[in-house]
Amino acid sequence: MPEMEKFLTKHIDVPGIDTLDVYRQYGGYEALAKALREYQPDQLIEEVKKSGLRGRGGAGFPTGMKWSFLAKNDKPRYLCCNCDESEPGTFKDRMLMEKIPHLLVEGVLITSYACRISTAFIYIRGELALAARQVERAVKEAYEAGLIGKNILGSDFSVDIIVHRGAGAYICGEESALMESLEGKRGYPRLKPPFPAAVGLYGGPTVINNCETLCTVPAIIRHGADYYASFGTEKSKGTRIFCLSGHVKKPGNYELPLGIPMRTLIYDEQYGGGVLGDKAVKAIIPGGSSTFFLGPDKLDTPLDYESIAAAGSMLGSGGVIVLNEDTCIVGAILRAVEFYRDESCGKCTPCREGTFWLTQILERLEHGEGKMKDIDLLTDICSNISGKSFCPLGDAATSLITSGVRLFREEFEYHVKHGHCMVSSQPALV
Amino acid sequence: MISEQAKQRMRELAKRYPAARSAVLPALYIAQEEEGYITREGIDAVADVIGITPDDVESVATFYTMYHKQPPGKKVIKVCTSISCYLRGCDKLMQHLEQRLGIKAGETTPDGNYTLQGVECLASCGTAPVLQVNGEFVENVSLHDADALLDELD
Ligand SMILES: NC(=O)C1=CN([C@@H]2O[C@H](COP(=O)(O)OP(=O)(O)OC[C@H]3O[C@@H](n4cnc5c(N)ncnc54)[C@H](O)[C@@H]3O)[C@@H](O)[C@H]2O)C=CC1
Ligand SMILES: Cc1cc2nc3c(=O)[nH]c(=O)nc-3n(C[C@H](O)[C@H](O)[C@H](O)COP(=O)(O)O)c2cc1C
Ligand code: SF4
Ligand code: FES
Repeated sequence: MPEMEKFLTKHIDVPGIDTLDVYRQYGGYEALAKALREYQPDQLIEEVKKSGLRGRGGAGFPTGMKWSFLAKNDKPRYLCCNCDESEPGTFKDRMLMEKIPHLLVEGVLITSYACRISTAFIYIRGELALAARQVERAVKEAYEAGLIGKNILGSDFSVDIIVHRGAGAYICGEESALMESLEGKRGYPRLKPPFPAAVGLYGGPTVINNCETLCTVPAIIRHGADYYASFGTEKSKGTRIFCLSGHVKKPGNYELPLGIPMRTLIYDEQYGGGVLGDKAVKAIIPGGSSTFFLGPDKLDTPLDYESIAAAGSMLGSGGVIVLNEDTCIVGAILRAVEFYRDESCGKCTPCREGTFWLTQILERLEHGEGKMKDIDLLTDICSNISGKSFCPLGDAATSLITSGVRLFREEFEYHVKHGHCMVSSQPALV
Repeated sequence: MISEQAKQRMRELAKRYPAARSAVLPALYIAQEEEGYITREGIDAVADVIGITPDDVESVATFYTMYHKQPPGKKVIKVCTSISCYLRGCDKLMQHLEQRLGIKAGETTPDGNYTLQGVECLASCGTAPVLQVNGEFVENVSLHDADALLDELD
């Protein structure tokens, strides 16, 4: 067995892999044919369960289990593929859609067959014009080749795929807001439970999965669940795409088995290649800006769901952001929290008002106008938002503040005492 | 003017979905394509095709940032200002663009040629700093690249 395997990105740089012909030359749609030929829908769900695949959208929920939770009633079932990628630090779904859109289409098809779905939606973030064009073209090609539509590959399986574009709202990545948006409404989250698997789009049982999650399904069927599960760790199986950004020499997307140490991703010559300017790491945000800072003492933590949680953060969407020692932590947190203020949908008070106050206080501190008591006020407001908001966006707005104050309190205090930062003022253009 | 052809495209969209209302967002895009931004007439056309009130359409349109409430410049430059781009100096890039264009982020040049906007993470954090010109990406932008880009666009 090889030590490394790439299930998603092995052929991503092959010229023309975004076209149906080349995609097929490299084995594309063989997994679909195999699924239709050799598996009953329920057997496919079992296979995905066995693979250990967990959702790559952030929460890491077991994919096969989610499919098996679909309510059994006579309402039409739907699939929504979540391609709303907008978590700061995350840029893998965009790459998959732009470079290998047929992989996504194949994943959507196999999933629709497994879950007995006849209408599937691919919800693509509005700002990603090229990605949308690529996916739309792939869907068109697949329709023309009889891979989407009626009686696919001579089977009795039929499905329609509709590509739908968002229009600029981070909250629509949250699955229930995504369904509202797809129904033509403002993207306000719904109360959960019921989960979409029970009551979803147009009230029907609905599967919602992240783009990368569905792109992984063809490889599992093609190579078998056991092979897929032989990579990764006991509870975090397979590979995933880590999006490495911030102060590293070679930022980018790297598909690696779960459980690879953070240090390897950041420092290995094949991946990050070390910290910019050979500086020391000050902090790492391991799973997109909604997750908690980890300090440099955690560099050897394996990148899998359990280990990152044990270290005090979350693996989230796979966006690993590195901050070097010259970064003003207050400034960086302010910038991150402004995002949540601007993207709060406004439905509930703790998040709508709280994120506004948080940025005001952070601004005061950043500009040397803060008081000592502001630091505790910050964490106080955080505890009034976290766990008390309608959806996880509110919680997410507080992660970097609470972990930042815990790890770097003296830097906040320095801002108050000296009226300015102890490190550089503003990041340089690299 | 919302052309009859545009309205026809909206009607076809409404039929494509299990519920007509799902076509509100794509229909608004068509309205915006026609007139450059979301006008009263655009809202009325969408409302008419979908069969909901204009107020209802407007409340949806105002939720989403990609629908322009006013006519934008001919070239819309969106600079990502979120965390990974921030760490890579996007503020310097923004300042530079503001100076060259003589406007602040959020403004349009008096000749209507450029709109400059700061926007949230564009899913391009590995090639920071990044910007979009009319929706198309320009990645790993240095100040020199920014100058060359503006020269080319002028
Ligand atoms: N990729 C991105 O751009 C972003 C990702 N996120 C991530 O999103 C995560 C939060 O997402 P949520 O959907 O709120 O998490 P969640 O834990 O509520 O759900 C995860 C998934 O499992 C399903 N699920 C959970 N329990 C279920 C049950 N009993 N029956 C059937 N289905 C069930 C949900 O429907 C959902 O699809 C965060 O951890 C964050 O990392 C947040 C922001 C942006
Ligand atoms: C505020 C917020 C934004 C989210 N944005 C996304 C997103 O852009 N893409 C995504 O796949 N999941 C996003 N999620 C997670 C989804 O709600 C959902 O858990 C996910 O799409 C399920 O797919 P998975 O099981 O394949 O991960 C977001 C969650 C929250 C709370
Ligand atoms: S927590 Fe924020 S984003 Fe979520 S429902 Fe409340 S206001 Fe909206
Ligand atoms: S932070 Fe700028 S593209 Fe993600």
